[in-house]
Amino acid sequence: MSLLSIEGLTVAYGGQVAVRDVSLAVAPGEIIALVGESGSGKSTVALAAMGLLPGSATTGGRITVAGQALDRLGPRDLDRLRGRTVSMIFQEPLTALNPAMRIGAQVAEAIRLHGRVSRREADARAGEVLARVGLPAEVAPPSRYPHELSGGQRQRVAIAIAIAAGPDLLIADEPTTALDVTTQAHVLALLRRLVAEDGMGLLLVSHDLAVVAGMADRIFVMKDGALVEEGPAAGLLADPRQPYTRTLVASARHRPARAAPPESAPLLEVCGVSRRHGALLAVDDASFTVGRGETVGLVGESGSGKTTLLRTILALDPPQAGDVLLGGESIVQARGAALRRLRRNVQAVFQDPGGSLDPRHRVERIVAEPLHLLDQRIDPAERRRRVEQALGQVGLSGADADRFPHQFSGGQRQRIAIARALIVEPALVVLDEAVSALDVSVRAGILDLLADLSARLGLSYLFVSHDLAMMRHVADRLVVLRKGRIVEQGRTADILARPAHAYTAELLAATPDLDAALARRAAAQA
Amino acid sequence: MRAIVIGGALIALAAGVALLSLLWTPYDVTAVDVARKLLPISAAHPLGTDQLGRDLLSMIMAGAQVSLAVSLLAVATALAVGVPLGLAAAALGGWADEAVMRSGDVLFAFPSLLLAILLAAVLGPGAANAVLAIALFNVPVFARVARGAAMGLWRRDFIAAARLAGKSRAAISIEHVLPNIAAILGVQATIQLSLALLAEAGLSYVGLGVQPPAPSWGRMLAEAQTLIGTAPRLAIVPGCAILLVVLGFALLGDGLRDRMDPRG
Repeated sequence: MSLLSIEGLTVAYGGQVAVRDVSLAVAPGEIIALVGESGSGKSTVALAAMGLLPGSATTGGRITVAGQALDRLGPRDLDRLRGRTVSMIFQEPLTALNPAMRIGAQVAEAIRLHGRVSRREADARAGEVLARVGLPAEVAPPSRYPHELSGGQRQRVAIAIAIAAGPDLLIADEPTTALDVTTQAHVLALLRRLVAEDGMGLLLVSHDLAVVAGMADRIFVMKDGALVEEGPAAGLLADPRQPYTRTLVASARHRPARAAPPESAPLLEVCGVSRRHGALLAVDDASFTVGRGETVGLVGESGSGKTTLLRTILALDPPQAGDVLLGGESIVQARGAALRRLRRNVQAVFQDPGGSLDPRHRVERIVAEPLHLLDQRIDPAERRRRVEQALGQVGLSGADADRFPHQFSGGQRQRIAIARALIVEPALVVLDEAVSALDVSVRAGILDLLADLSARLGLSYLFVSHDLAMMRHVADRLVVLRKGRIVEQGRTADILARPAHAYTAELLAATPDLDAALARRAAAQA
Repeated sequence: MRAIVIGGALIALAAGVALLSLLWTPYDVTAVDVARKLLPISAAHPLGTDQLGRDLLSMIMAGAQVSLAVSLLAVATALAVGVPLGLAAAALGGWADEAVMRSGDVLFAFPSLLLAILLAAVLGPGAANAVLAIALFNVPVFARVARGAAMGLWRRDFIAAARLAGKSRAAISIEHVLPNIAAILGVQATIQLSLALLAEAGLSYVGLGVQPPAPSWGRMLAEAQTLIGTAPRLAIVPGCAILLVVLGFALLGDGLRDRMDPRG
């Protein structure tokens, strides 16, 4: 008998259908992945399975958890079901935990809610559960508060709370999306171990095919609220039947066509840059170069100092030591007209296209802003012409100049941000996690656009990202940053084939990779 | 939503009455006629007359004009001074930020109404000085609100993009920061208007606001004090007028704030 059975689930908000006729089942000891891009309705299905949909939702179909139909249960029965039979973990562990409560007490509360145990016994069991998820007292005493833990440790606490009452079914909604890759690998391994040890069923909701490829037994693919395809994980990913699934798999594998860069004098030289935030040395003596027409990947996890280094390179914050040269001139020391001239050669595209465009300005004003760097003012007609040209380069139309950012999708907004970077015809564009927030199919389009622009305009890129799998396909050279220090740099192919530093090897091993995961599965079956 | 409608209606009524009083009041508010003093409510005098025989309705109407004008001017002055200070503090950081915020703290340390009374007493009574005194204790409020909202914006990427475009901190404050904090400032200004109106009434009550013969709600209250036993109406009517307008601004401000907060 299956633990969770969803039959013909339909969910609508107002007149808007979010989920249409979705059926799936999870058996004990099975990992089922629900995959889709943003807006596909995958999280809505997960919430429905917990009986957690808001009151404004109208639902149809049947959801059965451990033989009990959810729509027949009253609120008290539902409460009893949640936690004891089915439990859930969310994307952001910081908001899922109570910031004012010790972690041990939060786990003990989950135990006491579902069984008649004494406070002392609950505390003891909480300690055991925390140790089981990799947080023994010597690593993180139960007396700690959530803010005293790292992101990965917080997600472990959230998992401990979820499994505290020994549920039969665990639902995980993007459980590792907010975590660094090495942390993600540990949390995924933990989930796999818990499923294997307890025979729990796991419904894993994710946008990341590479993660799913290494975890799931069966995969259900959703698009626009409906199931598109389902099947055993290895078979479905190796040989997708439906066009949408094929696009999705192709996007995850996507590698933009790129020419080898010409050998030339360095365009950007970062020389011994250090910067501290208070007592913390955020960047420690960093040196590397970017050649003309070259793409250099700066790789590091959160807290590695890559954003600090980037802001120094962009002359947004001054370094405490070292220098940044652009075409041989120091952008750090430049002021006034000289700084404006140097800024024309380096522009940036930021991670969140929602946050990098002023919501109150029209696209024309946003894209035209760097024209401020020109030495002479230009008239409105010329300004408009240049804006339309820049929008054309990124695949948008001239008419888009009159709209506001909120009228565009995430991918289109990132194109607007790229158009803004291009309007002054810079030699170097710094991309700060510029595709991390985008859906895979959108990301593939942006990566192609960047490769095409580089080929046509001879642009150099400094590509900052935590994603080694993507870097493999876009960067000529890699610079690996850890705790403010550059631990390794060299040609991408060399580093990925033979990482010299242990941290690079760890990062590489932890990075989810679709093809590697499928190869491992094939090897395991043979 | 209901708060906005009720608050807006109260303010619209007060503003309408104030504007009307510029053109017309039932009786001349400066005309003293002791023979007709303390007349009860009647068709000729819907709210009766006061101890000097002046028509109470006309006084309330003209008083609305004074109260609203003084509070509006005071809050506008405070906005004009406080917002640039707050924007500068957020844009420059460091000692400039410290200087603005600590001076604000010092002003906050004094009870604001007491400070206004002190200032009006030093500068001399009158409408212009009342505006100045009320504006003074509203300046740090707006500086603080503007700085807080602007600080959040300065961490956003579109500000970084504007800096990459070579824009100065002043230009960024005007082009990017100000439009994005305008709504918050509007809400705060509405809330401050209610406090300014109360302050104006307080200043007039102690004789430091607008001077006779111009009518004022605060002074009407003060003058009604000795007659509270014989004609309580003289205190109740201006008291209710103050209450309703303060309530109107407060409801409007609260309603607008709730609407702006998506979590509300």
